[in-house]
Amino acid sequence: MGNVLVLAEHRQGALRDVSFEMLAVAPGVAEGMGGEVVVLLLGSSLDDMAKKMTEYGHKVMVLDDPAFENFNGEKYQMALSAIIDDLKPAVLMTGHTAQGVDFMPALAVEKKLPLVSDVVELNYEGDVLKATRQLYSGKVNAVVAFKPADTYLVTFREGAVEAPEASAAGEVEKMDSPLKEDVPYRKFVEYIEAEVGDVDITQSEILVAIGRGLKEDKNLPEIEALAETIKADLAGSRAATDAGWIPHDRQVGTSGKAVKPKLYIALGISGAFQHLAGMKGAKTIVAVNKDPEAPIFTVADYAIVDDMFKVLPKLTEKLKELK
Amino acid sequence: MKTFVCIKYVPDTSEAEVKLNPDGLTVDDSRFSFDINDADNYAVEESVLIKEAQGGEVTVLSIGPKKSEVMIRMAMAKGCDKATRIEDDRMADYDPLMVAKVLAGGIKGQEFDLVLTGCMANDDWHMTTGVALAEELGVKHASMVNKVELLDGKVKVHRELEGGLLEVVEVELPAVLTIQTGINEPRYAPIRGIRQAQKKELNVVSLDDIGVDPASVNADASQVVLEKLYIPEMESTAEFIEGEPEEKAEKLAAILHKGGLV
Repeated sequence: MGNVLVLAEHRQGALRDVSFEMLAVAPGVAEGMGGEVVVLLLGSSLDDMAKKMTEYGHKVMVLDDPAFENFNGEKYQMALSAIIDDLKPAVLMTGHTAQGVDFMPALAVEKKLPLVSDVVELNYEGDVLKATRQLYSGKVNAVVAFKPADTYLVTFREGAVEAPEASAAGEVEKMDSPLKEDVPYRKFVEYIEAEVGDVDITQSEILVAIGRGLKEDKNLPEIEALAETIKADLAGSRAATDAGWIPHDRQVGTSGKAVKPKLYIALGISGAFQHLAGMKGAKTIVAVNKDPEAPIFTVADYAIVDDMFKVLPKLTEKLKELK
Repeated sequence: MKTFVCIKYVPDTSEAEVKLNPDGLTVDDSRFSFDINDADNYAVEESVLIKEAQGGEVTVLSIGPKKSEVMIRMAMAKGCDKATRIEDDRMADYDPLMVAKVLAGGIKGQEFDLVLTGCMANDDWHMTTGVALAEELGVKHASMVNKVELLDGKVKVHRELEGGLLEVVEVELPAVLTIQTGINEPRYAPIRGIRQAQKKELNVVSLDDIGVDPASVNADASQVVLEKLYIPEMESTAEFIEGEPEEKAEKLAAILHKGGLV
């Protein structure tokens, strides 16, 4: 049996994109291994989500237990440890997300199984499972081959592939919860919703976004001058919020906001995939960066390879003139 | 409060072209400047903040070459008390599960309440080592932490999820926390601290010294094989605007204006 078990991820009652995206990759691997794709859902009140996950032609196993109402890495580890013993999947795939990274490494150590994380491509070739992942901000790719093991563990990057179209209906199978007692060590307390600031950048028409290339906050006025000239709102990358240059609610990317302005001007942003995921929906993207290899250029419409501070004053001046 | 903070010496490749060594398995890092990994820098600051608030001791733990001692001394200049540097070329450092085993060896047998690590390394992006380390040590953990509040016998943390959403959880001590960037404002090392750091204890150890069997963490022990590295082709459909900086600026302004974008 070479089944590929895909853990569908959800939060606050909604399935996350990566749950569907993994279904673009899992069937090819399962076919190579002579098995099937099986989707696993852990949680509470799962009927709607289970139905949605069956639309891709795979069996959906549902573990409905109030203990899983909110994500808890410790409980997930215990449940998946028991499920691996029970179902003996050839592969267990989860998202490389705040959930997946919180328990898969511990599960790998506990079960003495191999894990490859943040995978963007997964293939089964000549009896070997091979994962492709990125290093050095996406400037280098690595191909990692699994040595033979009972179960291969994979965390798959969100947004690495497109989700497949819904196809045939699959069946739902309920399973018993392996959790027999409460787990005392980690307790979920509450969610804190994202901060709301003075400007909602998800609604902005034009965004001027800054990154690490700003260097220091005394350079901010130059950026503000440009933004003011073209009536843009300021946003930024994780590096810019970490440095305190812009408030948290203006962070663009996986851990911040997904934006879709008609114009996005990225200044000194290298474009880590987490950032690209949050802004590639912009209609027109302009990128200014010193590094010709910066991944931001892969999504840009107009690109300038140069020091932003040599370009900015003239750009602002010229745009003022043209108004 | 006894805290270990695990830090990594990483190359800065953010503005540089990356080339591979002829072996096809390693990156030529001879031209890069190295420094403490971003998230680890925040972990160091958090460990010092905890010590300042609660008292106790912070031990730096790092796997790396002799030259990384500059980084280790800097962490001690900021307030960490002592350090262990593990250097041994027998470990399979491309597999974070092996790295976690080695770090566990550097901690086991000593008392601790907290182990802090960065949640991700800038070079290999695994986000695996800290959580694996917790399991190796047989303690609890929380990952991607951006707020730490110590309670009696446990710690209350904020975990950073998606889209600005936070998850508040309580974890029993001892525990491993993987620290997210932005959790605090890392300090600059004071001059006095830099002087004091030179006198602080820095032990250099091998796998044998910390009781880790090399055969349990080498390439044979790892269940994965690093088959190859390659430089992906950058696919860009962007129009690259050429010229002197000011010309580029003028051309871009004209494009934005003509296209009705501004």
